[in-house]
Amino acid sequence: MAQKRLVDARGSFCPGPLMELIAQLKMAEVGDELEILSSDKGSAADIPEWISKVGHELLGTREEEGVWHITVKKLK
Amino acid sequence: MLPNKLRIVVVSGTHERLQMAAMVASVGAVSGDDVMVFLSMNALPYFIKGAQQDAPAEGPVGKLLAQKNVPPFKHLFEQAVALGDAKIHPCSMAMDLLELEPAALESYMSEPLGLTKFLKECKDGQVWSF
Repeated sequence: MAQKRLVDARGSFCPGPLMELIAQLKMAEVGDELEILSSDKGSAADIPEWISKVGHELLGTREEEGVWHITVKKLK
Repeated sequence: MLPNKLRIVVVSGTHERLQMAAMVASVGAVSGDDVMVFLSMNALPYFIKGAQQDAPAEGPVGKLLAQKNVPPFKHLFEQAVALGDAKIHPCSMAMDLLELEPAALESYMSEPLGLTKFLKECKDGQVWSF
């Protein structure tokens, strides 16, 4: 059964949030959903770009009080 | 389709250049690029086991790198290997100058490489230097 995971990378600068997400994705199963929290504006743009490039699914992105919530589904 | 070949030469010992090289290597590797890093000159001593990691800044941004929660460049190089299968090679000439054996370097480093072999590896790839 697919799981949901939270990756809290608030306070880390680029490419820290992306690398933390990738490390967690490596351990996740196909179909799992990961939500990463990032306070780094550059990463908020870069992470969806990476998700698109490598072929996972971007489920959503939103900003709340300076924190970006980016949700990705592992597809492979 | 063959992966994009990124060949990264790092000779500087300053924080800004080591950081940028590590960023290109790690993000490139985890994005599916074929990444090879060649460490020489003043960059190599940071990769001796137990070496200090506080590289001097060239300017104000380098000083900020040391103050903010930026991922350390050595950690990013290690992640490039662990998460993206990058290869990080020490320059054999710098190894000789520093009188180093491979066992003295961080365990995620690949074998020493000569310039002839590295230049051959650069064929049909992008070469970045720092």
